[in-house]
Amino acid sequence: MLKENNIFELRHISKIFPGVVALDNVDLNIKEGEIHVIVGENGAGKSSLIKILCGIYFPDDGEITYKGAPYAPSSPLDAIQAGIRVVYQEFNLLSYLSVAENIFFEKLPQKAGLVDYGTLYRETEKLLETVGLKISPRTPVELLGVAQMQLIEIAKALSSQSKVLILDEPTATLTSKEIRILFQIIRNLKNNGVTIIYISHRLQETFEIGDRITVLRNGSKMGTKPAKEITIPEIVKMMVGRSMEKEYPFNDEFKPQGKLMEVQNLKYKGNQHAVSFFVRKGEMLGISGLVGSGRTETMRAIFGADRKEGGRVFIKGEEIKIKNPRDAVRNGICLLTEDRKNQGLILDMPCFVNITLTDLARVSKSGLLQQMLEKQATDGLVKELGIKTPSINQWVRNLSGGNQQKVVLAKWLFRDTDILIFDEPTRGIDVGAKYEIHLLLWRLAASGKGIIIVSSDLPELLGICHRILVFSDGKIAGEVKRSEFDQERILSLAYKEYIQNTNEKYQGHEL
Amino acid sequence: MNAKKIMYSLVREAGIGVALVFICIIFSLIAPHFASYANLTNIFTQISINTVISVGMTFVILLGGIDLSVGSVLALATIVAGLTITSESLSVGIAIFLAVVSSIAVGAACGLFNGFVSERWKIHSFIVTLGMLNIARGAALQISDSRTIFMFPDAFNAFGLKTVIGVPTIFLIALALVVIGSFVLRRTVFGRMIYAIGNNEEAVRLSGHNTILYKVAAFTICGAMVGIAAIMYMLRLNIASPILGVGFELNAIAAVVIGGTSMMGGKGSLIGTFLGASIMGVLNNGLLLAGMSDFARQIVTGFIIVAAVVIDTYRAKLLEKFL
Repeated sequence: MLKENNIFELRHISKIFPGVVALDNVDLNIKEGEIHVIVGENGAGKSSLIKILCGIYFPDDGEITYKGAPYAPSSPLDAIQAGIRVVYQEFNLLSYLSVAENIFFEKLPQKAGLVDYGTLYRETEKLLETVGLKISPRTPVELLGVAQMQLIEIAKALSSQSKVLILDEPTATLTSKEIRILFQIIRNLKNNGVTIIYISHRLQETFEIGDRITVLRNGSKMGTKPAKEITIPEIVKMMVGRSMEKEYPFNDEFKPQGKLMEVQNLKYKGNQHAVSFFVRKGEMLGISGLVGSGRTETMRAIFGADRKEGGRVFIKGEEIKIKNPRDAVRNGICLLTEDRKNQGLILDMPCFVNITLTDLARVSKSGLLQQMLEKQATDGLVKELGIKTPSINQWVRNLSGGNQQKVVLAKWLFRDTDILIFDEPTRGIDVGAKYEIHLLLWRLAASGKGIIIVSSDLPELLGICHRILVFSDGKIAGEVKRSEFDQERILSLAYKEYIQNTNEKYQGHEL
Repeated sequence: MNAKKIMYSLVREAGIGVALVFICIIFSLIAPHFASYANLTNIFTQISINTVISVGMTFVILLGGIDLSVGSVLALATIVAGLTITSESLSVGIAIFLAVVSSIAVGAACGLFNGFVSERWKIHSFIVTLGMLNIARGAALQISDSRTIFMFPDAFNAFGLKTVIGVPTIFLIALALVVIGSFVLRRTVFGRMIYAIGNNEEAVRLSGHNTILYKVAAFTICGAMVGIAAIMYMLRLNIASPILGVGFELNAIAAVVIGGTSMMGGKGSLIGTFLGASIMGVLNNGLLLAGMSDFARQIVTGFIIVAAVVIDTYRAKLLEKFL
């Protein structure tokens, strides 16, 4: 099945940005018809490599051959015409248009200058079948779930006879069942002769799906190995340049004490159930549950980011009133939102502006900003967290994902609140940075702060938390202590309310 | 690499300044009276009012808002100040003082209304200030009975003609406001918040700040600047009229945009705005001296506004190409 000729040959590819070498003299061969996985930490050069292949960036040095001929696309359109398509991590769908219109947006079938809807829907149905989606081509995209949107993106990429399909973190938002389906589709595509380049942080997956694995580190290629001849620890070692002895930090000797914050009968807007829980001093409290089970909504309501419909919040036994984030921060609560780019950072401003934003009073005197104080404070945090940036004046937009997340952490460390709520703190972050962030969370807990971590990554919660609360359909379905930690038990709690509700409410309806 | 970098930032930061110098050189060559002392003073006086309004407008545009009501509010402020200053029951000194205070207060009150309504009910400032454009104009006509007010105290009129080492006083006032405003934007917590909110309001709110307060303040500042501009207008022309200031909002927006401030908010500077207002003033004056008709001047000015914004948008790309 695997043909031995290379569809892509990259020679000495380099790409330099001001202050950063994104790719340094990379040689890479992609065989025709293989599933080639590329792994590496954030900032290792994966994105730059893809962007060069699909015509968004131009290499500063080196050459590429594609199907034996020199290849230098001057725009994404060139790449598409050559049969190279990318499915990005972020979706590019028009939510008010139908599935069919989205898939064929670039080349709508026409008849006498009008859209030929008959052909459009027929062609769409064929593609939907290829990707295993059983929905009407007329469905507006806004009604679809995340997994369905992901498959629509793939269908879109397949609409124009692609020879090479590049998938950038396709499973980041999918459940394990959906991942199974996706993998089956990928294998089918491979059998039809499509070459697949697959980028992922989830190492386990890469073994399951990949034929060969290439590891990048700091813009250089560390090696390419057949998936059968390498193990996860070996890959991790290649990625981070050291072997990871402990995947998660947890200190048994350290015991949380005394209630720090207590939430009573809190209802976020639109939820009929009330939730109550507490977090102790020095405790790592995990919040598990499916996406949409009310985890994020509850945290946002506590923080005052969204309105709440009732409930009381106590800090060290005293009731506090929180109407907006300002009240929350003043009472020592902070929230690191899930969506760091839109809600956590000011991308087009320097690092130091982002970091000192949470407490400008500390770096100003009677309303005047003190540059020296800002510089000192920022330098200290950049060093402490190991944020990789050429200078504190660098725009946050130009940093890699892991470093951006560290800037969000830095800004709240600067405020120094007692209670820190993290919503998906390590999503889309590589192994090395993830471990560093876990260590940091532990340092904060050890200094007596109360830490709440909302995460979809169950092994992460099991690894670092004292206690896990499981949300299910707007309720807290259960609490699990570390001594009773068990993956299956938590999962069954997460589905508990939905299964009961399905029996009551949705009987006879197809889900 | 380094020389390239320096050139890059030089052209980026000083681009508008270079353009201004370039335009001045061309006019000195083609219009014989352009570079005379009398004409330069003339230009200084002419750009002062637009500069002050544009300073206020910059605060609002940096937040991603807009204020279309500045021209009407200016008319209303001159009427209130004009009625105060000509009041016979007040002694001259007190009348002048109260006129200045009332003009600024009227401007600030209108700005406060604009800011409060658009923030309280989350309505785009384009609509709210469009309403204010009519409210203020109507109020000015109503209060003044649609009459022009003149016969200001001699002391007031005389101040308008004053110069300091040859530079008109009202230009110095405008310059002072640019410098103060620039300091506020660059060096104070308030200024930092204006830029931050203009870039990403939600992130600033979630960082624990009351963004509404800053936005309303920016509109109020804009209104207060219009109040100051109204007094400058009275100093220059010695009249107060309910029909003046028509189209001033467009001149101010043009100056801000030529000066490189993004209509999306978050990027720009008051130095840029000042240079933008200067370019507008120099063009108007120079083209007139070069013998161009009123209509033709409008056409040329319009094209230059569009060209300035196009160049600004593609500046980065153009630079990459040429350097």
